[in-house]
Amino acid sequence: MNLLVNGAPCELAAATLADALAQLDFAEAIVATALNGEFVPKRKRAETPLKDGDAIEILAPRQGG
Amino acid sequence: MDRVTFYGRSFGSRLLLGTSQYPSPAVLGEAVRQSRAEIVTVSLRREAARLREGQAFWQLIRDLGVSVLPNTAGCHSVKEAVTTAEMARELFDTPWIKLEVIGDADTLQPDVFGTVEAARILSAQGFEVFPYTTEDLIVCERLLEAGCRVLMPWGAPIGSGQGLNNRFGLRVLRARFPEIPLVVDAGIGLPSHAAAAMELGYDAILLNTAVAKAGDPALMARAFAQSVEAGRAAYLASPMPPRDMAVPSTPVLGKAHLS
Repeated sequence: MNLLVNGAPCELAAATLADALAQLDFAEAIVATALNGEFVPKRKRAETPLKDGDAIEILAPRQGG
Repeated sequence: MDRVTFYGRSFGSRLLLGTSQYPSPAVLGEAVRQSRAEIVTVSLRREAARLREGQAFWQLIRDLGVSVLPNTAGCHSVKEAVTTAEMARELFDTPWIKLEVIGDADTLQPDVFGTVEAARILSAQGFEVFPYTTEDLIVCERLLEAGCRVLMPWGAPIGSGQGLNNRFGLRVLRARFPEIPLVVDAGIGLPSHAAAAMELGYDAILLNTAVAKAGDPALMARAFAQSVEAGRAAYLASPMPPRDMAVPSTPVLGKAHLS
């Protein structure tokens, strides 16, 4: 299916958000996720289904003021 | 021991340091050490799986052994800020959030109406909110009503280095909210600006650019640490009131008649 991952088009065959993160090599990374603008806690990633056109945000710690 | 307390957590340092815009991670680390800051601000940004920049940065911060205050920098809506805060709480494992809802792209002036609304939502969700605000008294009252127990008025626009643009407004906040920790956040350019804010009775200073963009960030970090301590000591020492006319400091009594 076609997804938007951090703003970039991405084609993945992932049933859930957890599947998508694993395929994108984020399974072990320290990241927080949102789906279509809504926060998805880590514990709910495996039960969060994806559909064509979904927008995923994968955020990590970064420098800030 | 003179310590500052934010939401029940007490700290010896009254300087909070931002982690952005340093020439290198090594310089950032040395600046944090020299600043003696115990709290640093951090953000959340998109992570590229290949680069893993965020993972390396997070390891650096953990190695410094400081507390983190995540921000919602760059958010222009209540929704964005609330979602960012929710993500930050999980990522950094802290209820603390430096709430920024920006209202104007050029001045980065906070949207105070959005900030109050977001503060109310986040406080109800158990967040401990550090709101970046203007020095407007009524806005600050609303932020306290929304659940904030810290206020962070700007000195001047973020990154401008102008110092304290409205000392009167800052003084009013100090007088009006004697029990609330007040932090000047943004606009500080020089250690003298930080000292001036501390002399007004502010509890702490949050700055980033003034250190990160100095020619020698670590040395400037040390200068700010000293100025914040000096300003705090001066406030505690009760400064003399200013007056218009001179008063001789050397005794007049006993002066020789030599003319």
